[in-house]
Amino acid sequence: MEILVCVKRVPETGARITLTADEREIDTSYLGFTISPHEECAVEEALRLVEAHGGSTTVLTLGPAAAAEQLRNALAMGIGSGILLETDGEEFDPAATAVAIVDAVRDRGFDLFLFGNEAADSGDYQVPVRVAAALGLPCVTGIKGIAVDGGRAVARREASGGWEVFDVPLPAVISVKEGINLPRFPSLPGRLRAKKADLETSTPARQAPGLEKVRLVVPTEEPSAVQILGNGPDAAPRVVEVLRELGVVS
Amino acid sequence: MILVFVEPGDLSLEALTLARRLGRLVEAVAFGEAPTGLGAYGVSRVHLVQLDEYAPGAWSRSIVGLVESLAPDAVLAAGSDRGQEVLAHAAVWLDAPMAANCVAAEPGDPWLVTRQRWGGSLLEEARLHGPVRLLTVAPHGVVAEPAAESAAATVVPVTPELDEADFVVKVGRREEPAAGTVQLGDARVVVGGGRGVGSAEGFAVLEELAGLLGGAVGGSRVVTNLGWRPHSDQIGQTGARIAPELYIACGVSGAIQHMVGCKGAKRILAINKDPQAPIVTRADYAVIGDLAEILPAVVAELKGR
Repeated sequence: MEILVCVKRVPETGARITLTADEREIDTSYLGFTISPHEECAVEEALRLVEAHGGSTTVLTLGPAAAAEQLRNALAMGIGSGILLETDGEEFDPAATAVAIVDAVRDRGFDLFLFGNEAADSGDYQVPVRVAAALGLPCVTGIKGIAVDGGRAVARREASGGWEVFDVPLPAVISVKEGINLPRFPSLPGRLRAKKADLETSTPARQAPGLEKVRLVVPTEEPSAVQILGNGPDAAPRVVEVLRELGVVS
Repeated sequence: MILVFVEPGDLSLEALTLARRLGRLVEAVAFGEAPTGLGAYGVSRVHLVQLDEYAPGAWSRSIVGLVESLAPDAVLAAGSDRGQEVLAHAAVWLDAPMAANCVAAEPGDPWLVTRQRWGGSLLEEARLHGPVRLLTVAPHGVVAEPAAESAAATVVPVTPELDEADFVVKVGRREEPAAGTVQLGDARVVVGGGRGVGSAEGFAVLEELAGLLGGAVGGSRVVTNLGWRPHSDQIGQTGARIAPELYIACGVSGAIQHMVGCKGAKRILAINKDPQAPIVTRADYAVIGDLAEILPAVVAELKGR
Protein backbone atom coordinates (compact mmCIF):
# COMPACT_ATOMS: atom_id res chain seq x y z
CA MET A 1 0.00 0.00 0.00
CA GLU A 2 1.09 3.56 -0.72
CA ILE A 3 0.94 5.82 2.33
CA LEU A 4 1.29 9.60 2.59
CA VAL A 5 1.97 11.16 6.02
CA CYS A 6 1.50 14.89 6.57
CA VAL A 7 3.54 16.51 9.35
CA LYS A 8 4.10 19.99 10.74
CA ARG A 9 7.23 21.69 12.08
CA VAL A 10 6.55 23.18 15.51
CA PRO A 11 8.85 24.73 18.13
CA GLU A 12 9.73 22.87 21.33
CA THR A 13 8.24 25.39 23.72
CA GLY A 14 9.50 24.25 27.14
CA ALA A 15 7.89 26.00 30.11
CA ARG A 16 7.21 29.55 28.90
CA ILE A 17 6.21 31.14 25.59
CA THR A 18 7.74 34.45 24.43
CA LEU A 19 6.36 36.33 21.42
CA THR A 20 8.11 38.31 18.70
CA ALA A 21 7.85 42.13 18.88
CA ASP A 22 4.96 42.25 16.36
CA GLU A 23 3.04 39.66 18.46
CA ARG A 24 2.34 37.51 15.41
CA GLU A 25 4.67 34.60 16.11
CA ILE A 26 6.39 32.77 18.93
CA ASP A 27 9.97 33.99 19.40
CA THR A 28 11.87 30.87 18.39
CA SER A 29 15.40 32.39 18.54
CA TYR A 30 16.36 30.04 21.38
CA LEU A 31 14.09 27.10 20.59
CA GLY A 32 14.58 23.81 18.79
CA PHE A 33 11.94 22.37 16.46
CA THR A 34 10.22 19.04 16.23
CA ILE A 35 7.48 17.17 14.37
CA SER A 36 4.16 17.89 16.11
CA PRO A 37 3.57 14.93 18.51
CA HIS A 38 0.46 13.32 17.01
CA GLU A 39 2.13 13.46 13.60
CA GLU A 40 5.29 11.76 14.80
CA CYS A 41 2.98 8.86 15.69
CA ALA A 42 1.44 9.05 12.19
CA VAL A 43 4.98 8.60 10.77
CA GLU A 44 5.54 5.56 12.99
CA GLU A 45 2.14 4.10 12.05
CA ALA A 46 2.93 4.46 8.33
CA LEU A 47 6.21 2.60 8.84
CA ARG A 48 4.53 -0.22 10.76
CA LEU A 49 1.72 -0.63 8.19
CA VAL A 50 4.19 -0.85 5.32
CA GLU A 51 6.41 -3.27 7.26
CA ALA A 52 3.34 -5.50 7.71
CA HIS A 53 1.68 -5.12 4.31
CA GLY A 54 4.42 -3.89 1.93
CA GLY A 55 4.32 -0.68 -0.09
CA SER A 56 5.85 2.77 0.10
CA THR A 57 5.80 5.77 2.43
CA THR A 58 6.01 9.48 1.64
CA VAL A 59 6.15 12.38 4.08
CA LEU A 60 4.83 15.85 3.24
CA THR A 61 5.03 19.16 5.05
CA LEU A 62 3.83 22.69 4.37
CA GLY A 63 6.18 25.19 5.94
CA PRO A 64 9.30 27.34 5.58
CA ALA A 65 12.47 26.00 3.93
CA ALA A 66 13.71 25.05 7.42
CA ALA A 67 10.86 22.49 7.66
CA ALA A 68 13.08 20.26 5.51
CA GLU A 69 14.61 19.33 8.89
CA GLN A 70 11.35 17.63 9.95
CA LEU A 71 11.06 15.83 6.59
CA ARG A 72 14.61 14.53 7.08
CA ASN A 73 13.73 13.45 10.63
CA ALA A 74 10.90 11.35 9.18
CA LEU A 75 13.20 9.97 6.46
CA ALA A 76 15.74 9.05 9.17
CA MET A 77 12.99 7.04 10.90
CA GLY A 78 12.51 5.10 7.65
CA ILE A 79 10.05 7.03 5.46
CA GLY A 80 10.87 6.58 1.74
CA SER A 81 10.60 10.07 0.26
CA GLY A 82 9.77 13.67 1.18
CA ILE A 83 7.71 16.52 -0.29
CA LEU A 84 8.24 20.11 0.87
CA LEU A 85 5.50 22.64 0.11
CA GLU A 86 7.61 25.69 0.80
CA THR A 87 6.09 28.87 2.21
CA ASP A 88 7.63 32.27 2.93
CA GLY A 89 6.98 31.64 6.62
CA GLU A 90 3.55 33.32 6.64
CA GLU A 91 0.99 30.92 8.15
CA PHE A 92 -1.58 29.23 5.90
CA ASP A 93 -5.02 29.02 7.51
CA PRO A 94 -6.55 25.51 7.72
CA ALA A 95 -8.56 25.79 4.48
CA ALA A 96 -5.52 27.12 2.58
CA THR A 97 -3.36 24.35 4.06
CA ALA A 98 -5.82 21.73 2.81
CA VAL A 99 -5.93 23.26 -0.70
CA ALA A 100 -2.12 23.25 -0.92
CA ILE A 101 -1.90 19.62 0.23
CA VAL A 102 -4.67 18.45 -2.12
CA ASP A 103 -3.05 20.16 -5.13
CA ALA A 104 0.22 18.40 -4.35
CA VAL A 105 -1.08 14.87 -3.76
CA ARG A 106 -4.12 14.45 -6.02
CA ASP A 107 -3.87 11.54 -8.50
CA ARG A 108 -0.70 10.09 -7.01
CA GLY A 109 -2.36 6.79 -6.13
CA PHE A 110 -2.04 6.93 -2.33
CA ASP A 111 -4.16 4.32 -0.48
CA LEU A 112 -3.91 5.96 2.91
CA PHE A 113 -3.40 9.56 4.01
CA LEU A 114 -2.24 9.83 7.62
CA PHE A 115 -2.38 13.05 9.65
CA GLY A 116 -2.10 14.02 13.30
CA ASN A 117 -5.45 14.82 14.93
CA GLU A 118 -4.44 18.45 15.44
CA ALA A 119 -1.17 20.36 15.19
CA ALA A 120 0.39 21.21 18.57
CA ASP A 121 0.72 24.90 17.70
CA SER A 122 -2.36 26.10 15.79
CA GLY A 123 -4.74 23.33 16.94
CA ASP A 124 -7.22 23.80 14.08
CA TYR A 125 -8.78 20.29 14.11
CA GLN A 126 -9.95 20.35 10.48
CA VAL A 127 -7.21 19.93 7.86
CA PRO A 128 -7.68 16.12 7.51
CA VAL A 129 -11.45 16.53 7.08
CA ARG A 130 -10.96 19.24 4.44
CA VAL A 131 -8.38 17.20 2.53
CA ALA A 132 -10.61 14.10 2.57
CA ALA A 133 -13.62 16.04 1.31
CA ALA A 134 -11.64 17.60 -1.54
CA LEU A 135 -10.36 14.17 -2.57
CA GLY A 136 -13.80 12.57 -2.14
CA LEU A 137 -12.49 10.12 0.46
CA PRO A 138 -13.84 8.89 3.79
CA CYS A 139 -12.21 10.41 6.90
CA VAL A 140 -11.93 9.27 10.50
CA THR A 141 -10.25 11.44 13.15
CA GLY A 142 -8.74 11.01 16.61
CA ILE A 143 -7.69 7.40 15.97
CA LYS A 144 -5.61 5.31 18.39
CA GLY A 145 -5.56 1.96 16.56
CA ILE A 146 -5.46 0.98 12.86
CA ALA A 147 -5.74 -2.50 11.30
CA VAL A 148 -5.68 -2.81 7.52
CA ASP A 149 -7.21 -5.83 5.81
CA GLY A 150 -8.36 -6.46 2.23
CA GLY A 151 -8.83 -2.88 1.08
CA ARG A 152 -10.43 -1.70 4.32
CA ALA A 153 -9.16 -0.09 7.50
CA VAL A 154 -10.58 -0.72 10.95
CA ALA A 155 -9.88 2.35 13.07
CA ARG A 156 -10.46 2.70 16.82
CA ARG A 157 -11.21 5.89 18.69
CA GLU A 158 -11.32 6.31 22.48
CA ALA A 159 -14.74 7.39 23.74
CA SER A 160 -15.63 7.74 27.44
CA GLY A 161 -13.08 5.15 28.51
CA GLY A 162 -14.21 2.62 25.88
CA TRP A 163 -13.76 2.52 22.12
CA GLU A 164 -15.73 3.45 19.01
CA VAL A 165 -14.76 1.28 16.06
CA PHE A 166 -14.99 2.53 12.46
CA ASP A 167 -14.59 0.30 9.40
CA VAL A 168 -13.81 2.32 6.25
CA PRO A 169 -12.91 1.45 2.66
CA LEU A 170 -9.49 2.52 1.31
CA PRO A 171 -8.33 4.91 0.07
CA ALA A 172 -9.10 6.91 3.18
CA VAL A 173 -7.85 9.77 5.34
CA ILE A 174 -7.12 8.93 8.98
CA SER A 175 -5.93 11.32 11.68
CA VAL A 176 -4.22 9.75 14.68
CA LYS A 177 -3.51 10.69 18.28
CA GLU A 178 -0.38 10.12 20.31
CA GLY A 179 -0.63 6.79 22.10
CA ILE A 180 -1.43 4.81 18.94
CA ASN A 181 2.22 3.69 19.11
CA LEU A 182 5.59 4.67 20.53
CA PRO A 183 7.64 6.22 17.70
CA ARG A 184 11.05 4.67 17.04
CA PHE A 185 14.32 6.59 17.17
CA PRO A 186 16.07 7.24 13.86
CA SER A 187 18.86 4.76 13.07
CA LEU A 188 22.37 5.90 12.16
CA PRO A 189 22.11 4.57 8.56
CA GLY A 190 18.69 6.22 8.43
CA ARG A 191 20.20 9.57 9.39
CA LEU A 192 22.93 9.26 6.76
CA ARG A 193 20.42 8.38 4.05
CA ALA A 194 18.09 11.22 5.13
CA LYS A 195 20.90 13.75 5.01
CA LYS A 196 21.59 13.02 1.34
CA ALA A 197 17.99 12.44 0.17
CA ASP A 198 16.50 14.71 -2.49
CA LEU A 199 13.30 16.43 -1.42
CA GLU A 200 10.61 17.23 -3.96
CA THR A 201 9.96 20.96 -3.47
CA SER A 202 7.27 23.31 -4.75
CA THR A 203 5.90 26.67 -3.64
CA PRO A 204 2.10 26.67 -3.36
CA ALA A 205 0.08 29.90 -3.64
CA ARG A 206 -1.49 31.01 -0.37
CA GLN A 207 -5.26 31.37 -0.60
CA ALA A 208 -6.65 34.37 1.33
CA PRO A 209 -7.40 33.31 4.93
CA GLY A 210 -11.00 32.93 6.11
CA LEU A 211 -9.61 32.59 9.63
CA GLU A 212 -7.25 35.54 9.74
CA LYS A 213 -4.74 35.82 12.58
CA VAL A 214 -4.53 39.33 14.05
CA ARG A 215 -2.16 38.76 16.95
CA LEU A 216 -1.10 36.32 19.63
CA VAL A 217 -1.47 36.91 23.36
CA VAL A 218 0.27 35.09 26.21
CA PRO A 219 -2.40 34.62 28.90
CA THR A 220 -1.54 36.46 32.10
CA GLU A 221 -0.37 34.14 34.83
CA GLU A 222 -1.45 34.49 38.44
CA PRO A 223 1.51 35.38 40.66
CA SER A 224 2.91 32.35 42.44
CA ALA A 225 1.27 31.71 45.79
CA VAL A 226 3.05 28.46 46.56
CA GLN A 227 3.27 27.42 50.18
CA ILE A 228 6.47 25.47 50.85
CA LEU A 229 5.59 22.67 53.25
CA GLY A 230 9.18 21.75 53.99
CA ASN A 231 12.35 20.12 52.77
CA GLY A 232 12.95 16.37 52.41
CA PRO A 233 11.23 13.52 54.27
CA ASP A 234 10.83 15.61 57.43
CA ALA A 235 7.97 17.39 55.66
CA ALA A 236 5.85 14.18 55.65
CA PRO A 237 3.73 15.00 58.75
CA ARG A 238 2.93 18.46 57.33
CA VAL A 239 1.98 16.89 53.96
CA VAL A 240 -0.44 14.52 55.67
CA GLU A 241 -1.95 17.46 57.60
CA VAL A 242 -2.59 19.23 54.28
CA LEU A 243 -4.11 16.07 52.79
CA ARG A 244 -6.49 16.01 55.76
CA GLU A 245 -7.34 19.72 55.39
CA LEU A 246 -8.18 19.13 51.73
CA GLY A 247 -10.41 16.20 52.68
CA VAL A 248 -8.61 13.68 50.49
CA VAL A 249 -7.68 11.50 53.50
CA SER A 250 -9.85 10.81 56.53
CA MET B 1 -29.88 33.29 15.92
CA ILE B 2 -27.04 31.09 17.10
CA LEU B 3 -27.36 27.34 16.53
CA VAL B 4 -25.45 25.12 18.99
CA PHE B 5 -24.69 21.44 18.36
CA VAL B 6 -25.41 19.87 21.76
CA GLU B 7 -24.01 16.55 22.99
CA PRO B 8 -24.48 14.96 26.42
CA GLY B 9 -22.09 16.41 29.03
CA ASP B 10 -20.82 19.69 30.46
CA LEU B 11 -18.80 20.82 27.45
CA SER B 12 -21.99 21.61 25.53
CA LEU B 13 -23.21 23.74 28.45
CA GLU B 14 -19.99 25.76 28.11
CA ALA B 15 -20.72 26.19 24.39
CA LEU B 16 -24.28 27.35 25.20
CA THR B 17 -22.87 29.86 27.71
CA LEU B 18 -20.59 31.40 25.09
CA ALA B 19 -23.46 31.37 22.56
CA ARG B 20 -25.70 33.32 24.92
CA ARG B 21 -23.06 36.07 25.28
CA LEU B 22 -23.41 36.87 21.57
CA GLY B 23 -26.68 38.71 22.19
CA ARG B 24 -28.89 36.66 19.89
CA LEU B 25 -31.50 33.91 20.23
CA VAL B 26 -29.97 30.53 20.99
CA GLU B 27 -31.32 27.30 19.50
CA ALA B 28 -29.85 23.81 19.77
CA VAL B 29 -29.49 20.83 17.49
CA ALA B 30 -29.19 17.38 19.09
CA PHE B 31 -29.18 13.78 17.88
CA GLY B 32 -31.04 10.73 19.18
CA GLU B 33 -32.53 11.33 22.62
CA ALA B 34 -33.85 14.79 23.49
CA PRO B 35 -31.45 16.55 25.91
CA THR B 36 -33.05 17.94 29.07
CA GLY B 37 -32.35 21.14 30.99
CA LEU B 38 -31.33 23.24 27.99
CA GLY B 39 -34.00 25.85 28.74
CA ALA B 40 -32.01 26.77 31.84
CA TYR B 41 -29.13 27.65 29.50
CA GLY B 42 -31.25 29.97 27.38
CA VAL B 43 -32.21 27.58 24.58
CA SER B 44 -35.63 28.38 23.08
CA ARG B 45 -35.89 25.49 20.60
CA VAL B 46 -34.17 22.12 20.27
CA HIS B 47 -34.04 20.67 16.76
CA LEU B 48 -33.94 16.97 17.40
CA VAL B 49 -32.53 14.91 14.53
CA GLN B 50 -33.84 11.37 14.37
CA LEU B 51 -30.46 9.64 14.10
CA ASP B 52 -28.97 7.57 16.92
CA GLU B 53 -25.88 6.06 15.41
CA TYR B 54 -22.89 8.41 15.16
CA ALA B 55 -21.89 9.09 11.56
CA PRO B 56 -19.95 12.37 11.10
CA GLY B 57 -21.10 12.82 7.49
CA ALA B 58 -24.78 12.30 8.28
CA TRP B 59 -24.68 14.45 11.42
CA SER B 60 -22.89 17.32 9.72
CA ARG B 61 -25.26 17.24 6.73
CA SER B 62 -28.21 17.35 9.11
CA ILE B 63 -26.74 20.51 10.66
CA VAL B 64 -26.07 21.97 7.20
CA GLY B 65 -29.76 21.36 6.35
CA LEU B 66 -30.75 23.38 9.43
CA VAL B 67 -28.30 26.15 8.51
CA GLU B 68 -29.98 26.38 5.11
CA SER B 69 -33.52 26.48 6.50
CA LEU B 70 -32.94 28.58 9.67
CA ALA B 71 -30.09 30.85 8.44
CA PRO B 72 -28.32 31.23 11.82
CA ASP B 73 -25.53 33.82 12.18
CA ALA B 74 -23.25 31.17 13.62
CA VAL B 75 -23.02 27.51 14.54
CA LEU B 76 -21.21 26.60 17.76
CA ALA B 77 -20.13 23.22 19.08
CA ALA B 78 -18.14 21.96 22.04
CA GLY B 79 -14.45 21.36 21.37
CA SER B 80 -14.97 17.61 21.86
CA ASP B 81 -13.86 14.90 19.40
CA ARG B 82 -17.32 14.89 17.84
CA GLY B 83 -17.82 18.66 18.03
CA GLN B 84 -14.58 19.36 16.16
CA GLU B 85 -15.20 16.60 13.62
CA VAL B 86 -18.85 17.39 12.86
CA LEU B 87 -18.23 21.12 12.56
CA ALA B 88 -15.21 20.55 10.30
CA HIS B 89 -17.40 18.50 7.95
CA ALA B 90 -20.08 21.20 8.07
CA ALA B 91 -17.40 23.78 7.19
CA VAL B 92 -16.66 21.84 4.02
CA TRP B 93 -20.34 21.65 3.01
CA LEU B 94 -20.88 25.34 3.75
CA ASP B 95 -17.57 26.40 2.17
CA ALA B 96 -16.83 28.37 5.33
CA PRO B 97 -13.82 28.78 7.61
CA MET B 98 -13.97 27.32 11.11
CA ALA B 99 -12.33 28.60 14.29
CA ALA B 100 -11.50 25.82 16.75
CA ASN B 101 -11.33 26.17 20.55
CA CYS B 102 -12.68 29.69 20.96
CA VAL B 103 -13.00 31.31 24.40
CA ALA B 104 -14.65 34.57 23.27
CA ALA B 105 -16.33 35.99 20.17
CA GLU B 106 -17.70 39.32 19.02
CA PRO B 107 -20.21 39.40 16.15
CA GLY B 108 -19.54 41.91 13.36
CA ASP B 109 -18.21 41.89 9.84
CA PRO B 110 -15.98 40.00 10.15
CA TRP B 111 -16.45 38.38 13.56
CA LEU B 112 -13.59 38.74 16.03
CA VAL B 113 -12.71 35.58 17.91
CA THR B 114 -10.23 34.71 20.63
CA ARG B 115 -9.10 31.11 20.37
CA GLN B 116 -6.68 28.81 22.11
CA ARG B 117 -3.41 27.65 20.62
CA TRP B 118 -1.00 25.23 22.29
CA GLY B 119 -3.83 23.75 24.35
CA GLY B 120 -4.55 27.16 25.88
CA SER B 121 -0.98 28.24 26.74
CA LEU B 122 -1.31 30.84 24.02
CA LEU B 123 -4.31 32.80 22.73
CA GLU B 124 -4.89 34.02 19.19
CA GLU B 125 -7.09 36.97 18.26
CA ALA B 126 -8.44 36.42 14.77
CA ARG B 127 -10.94 37.69 12.22
CA LEU B 128 -13.44 35.04 11.18
CA HIS B 129 -14.96 35.57 7.75
CA GLY B 130 -17.50 33.45 5.90
CA PRO B 131 -21.17 33.20 5.01
CA VAL B 132 -21.94 31.63 8.40
CA ARG B 133 -19.53 31.64 11.33
CA LEU B 134 -18.44 28.23 12.63
CA LEU B 135 -16.81 28.03 16.07
CA THR B 136 -15.96 25.30 18.51
CA VAL B 137 -15.60 26.26 22.17
CA ALA B 138 -12.42 25.32 24.06
CA PRO B 139 -13.09 22.60 26.66
CA HIS B 140 -13.07 24.30 30.10
CA GLY B 141 -12.13 27.58 28.37
CA VAL B 142 -15.51 29.05 29.33
CA VAL B 143 -17.26 28.49 32.68
CA ALA B 144 -20.79 27.08 32.16
CA GLU B 145 -23.40 29.43 33.67
CA PRO B 146 -27.19 29.03 33.51
CA ALA B 147 -29.17 31.91 32.01
CA ALA B 148 -30.69 34.57 34.30
CA GLU B 149 -34.13 33.51 33.16
CA SER B 150 -34.94 29.90 32.50
CA ALA B 151 -37.62 28.83 30.03
CA ALA B 152 -38.83 25.53 28.66
CA ALA B 153 -37.25 24.68 25.30
CA THR B 154 -39.62 23.34 22.65
CA VAL B 155 -38.47 20.21 20.86
CA VAL B 156 -38.83 20.18 17.07
CA PRO B 157 -38.27 16.78 15.43
CA VAL B 158 -36.15 16.89 12.26
CA THR B 159 -35.89 14.23 9.60
CA PRO B 160 -32.86 15.10 7.47
CA GLU B 161 -32.52 14.29 3.80
CA LEU B 162 -29.52 12.02 3.55
CA ASP B 163 -28.11 9.40 1.23
CA GLU B 164 -25.93 6.33 1.60
CA ALA B 165 -22.71 8.26 1.09
CA ASP B 166 -23.35 10.10 4.37
CA PHE B 167 -23.05 6.81 6.25
CA VAL B 168 -19.80 5.45 4.75
CA VAL B 169 -18.08 6.48 7.99
CA LYS B 170 -20.05 5.40 11.06
CA VAL B 171 -19.49 3.76 14.42
CA GLY B 172 -19.69 0.06 13.55
CA ARG B 173 -19.47 -1.09 17.15
CA ARG B 174 -18.59 0.09 20.65
CA GLU B 175 -16.30 -1.54 23.16
CA GLU B 176 -17.13 -0.61 26.76
CA PRO B 177 -14.36 -0.01 29.34
CA ALA B 178 -13.55 -2.74 31.87
CA ALA B 179 -15.72 -2.34 34.98
CA GLY B 180 -14.12 -0.75 38.05
CA THR B 181 -11.24 1.09 36.34
CA VAL B 182 -10.65 4.60 37.69
CA GLN B 183 -10.37 6.92 34.68
CA LEU B 184 -7.64 9.55 35.10
CA GLY B 185 -10.09 12.21 33.97
CA ASP B 186 -12.56 11.29 36.75
CA ALA B 187 -10.14 10.64 39.65
CA ARG B 188 -10.49 12.76 42.84
CA VAL B 189 -6.77 12.48 43.54
CA VAL B 190 -4.08 12.01 40.92
CA VAL B 191 -0.48 11.15 41.75
CA GLY B 192 1.65 12.04 38.73
CA GLY B 193 5.29 11.28 38.02
CA GLY B 194 7.83 12.92 35.73
CA ARG B 195 11.41 12.29 34.70
CA GLY B 196 12.44 12.75 38.33
CA VAL B 197 10.85 9.38 39.21
CA GLY B 198 13.86 7.84 37.45
CA SER B 199 12.47 4.52 36.21
CA ALA B 200 9.35 2.40 35.68
CA GLU B 201 10.10 0.72 39.03
CA GLY B 202 10.22 4.12 40.70
CA PHE B 203 6.45 4.39 40.20
CA ALA B 204 5.78 1.67 42.82
CA VAL B 205 5.71 4.22 45.64
CA LEU B 206 3.45 6.54 43.58
CA GLU B 207 1.09 3.56 43.10
CA GLU B 208 1.14 2.92 46.83
CA LEU B 209 0.35 6.56 47.68
CA ALA B 210 -2.45 6.67 45.07
CA GLY B 211 -3.85 3.44 46.53
CA LEU B 212 -3.94 4.93 50.04
CA LEU B 213 -5.73 8.04 48.74
CA GLY B 214 -8.14 6.16 46.43
CA GLY B 215 -6.62 7.95 43.45
CA ALA B 216 -5.11 7.22 40.06
CA VAL B 217 -1.51 7.36 38.83
CA GLY B 218 -0.49 9.42 35.80
CA GLY B 219 2.70 10.64 34.20
CA SER B 220 4.22 13.33 32.04
CA ARG B 221 4.89 12.90 28.33
CA VAL B 222 8.56 12.15 29.03
CA VAL B 223 7.49 9.23 31.18
CA THR B 224 5.14 7.71 28.58
CA ASN B 225 7.65 8.29 25.77
CA LEU B 226 10.32 6.47 27.79
CA GLY B 227 7.87 3.59 28.19
CA TRP B 228 7.86 3.82 32.02
CA ARG B 229 4.06 4.14 31.89
CA PRO B 230 1.50 3.35 29.15
CA HIS B 231 0.32 6.31 27.06
CA SER B 232 -3.16 6.02 28.61
CA ASP B 233 -1.56 7.37 31.83
CA GLN B 234 -0.27 10.53 30.16
CA ILE B 235 -1.42 13.87 31.59
CA GLY B 236 -0.98 16.68 29.05
CA GLN B 237 -1.81 18.31 25.76
CA THR B 238 -1.49 14.97 23.93
CA GLY B 239 -2.92 12.89 26.78
CA ALA B 240 -5.58 13.12 29.48
CA ARG B 241 -6.96 16.39 30.89
CA ILE B 242 -7.43 15.86 34.62
CA ALA B 243 -9.62 17.81 37.07
CA PRO B 244 -9.05 16.25 40.53
CA GLU B 245 -9.42 17.86 43.96
CA LEU B 246 -5.66 17.36 44.38
CA TYR B 247 -2.87 16.66 41.92
CA ILE B 248 0.38 15.49 43.51
CA ALA B 249 3.10 16.13 40.91
CA CYS B 250 6.28 14.17 41.70
CA GLY B 251 9.50 14.96 39.82
CA VAL B 252 7.53 16.78 37.10
CA SER B 253 9.21 19.94 35.73
CA GLY B 254 6.00 21.61 34.54
CA ALA B 255 6.45 22.04 30.79
CA ILE B 256 3.56 23.68 28.93
CA GLN B 257 2.61 20.33 27.39
CA HIS B 258 2.01 18.98 30.91
CA MET B 259 0.43 22.06 32.53
CA VAL B 260 -2.27 22.09 29.83
CA GLY B 261 -3.35 18.66 31.09
CA CYS B 262 -3.46 19.50 34.81
CA LYS B 263 -4.76 23.08 34.87
CA GLY B 264 -8.22 21.68 35.76
CA ALA B 265 -6.84 20.45 39.13
CA LYS B 266 -8.29 22.37 42.12
CA ARG B 267 -4.99 22.13 44.06
CA ILE B 268 -1.47 21.09 43.08
CA LEU B 269 1.13 19.72 45.47
CA ALA B 270 4.57 19.62 43.84
CA ILE B 271 7.36 17.41 45.10
CA ASN B 272 10.56 18.47 43.39
CA LYS B 273 14.28 18.83 43.92
CA ASP B 274 14.35 22.20 42.18
CA PRO B 275 12.56 25.06 43.99
CA GLN B 276 12.72 27.07 40.74
CA ALA B 277 10.95 24.38 38.62
CA PRO B 278 7.90 25.83 36.79
CA ILE B 279 5.63 23.26 38.48
CA VAL B 280 6.66 24.61 41.91
CA THR B 281 5.82 28.23 41.11
CA ARG B 282 2.45 27.12 39.68
CA ALA B 283 1.61 24.82 42.60
CA ASP B 284 -0.38 25.59 45.76
CA TYR B 285 1.92 23.52 47.98
CA ALA B 286 5.43 22.20 47.50
CA VAL B 287 7.93 19.99 49.23
CA ILE B 288 11.53 20.49 48.11
CA GLY B 289 13.77 17.45 47.98
CA ASP B 290 14.24 13.92 46.67
CA LEU B 291 10.91 12.26 45.97
CA ALA B 292 12.48 8.83 46.54
CA GLU B 293 12.90 9.85 50.21
CA ILE B 294 9.81 12.05 50.62
CA LEU B 295 7.14 9.72 49.18
CA PRO B 296 8.01 6.69 51.37
CA ALA B 297 7.95 9.02 54.40
CA VAL B 298 4.48 10.30 53.42
CA VAL B 299 3.26 6.73 52.86
CA ALA B 300 4.65 5.67 56.28
CA GLU B 301 3.02 8.67 57.94
CA LEU B 302 -0.34 7.82 56.33
CA LYS B 303 -0.08 4.16 57.37
CA GLY B 304 0.98 5.06 60.88
CA ARG B 305 -2.15 7.06 61.53
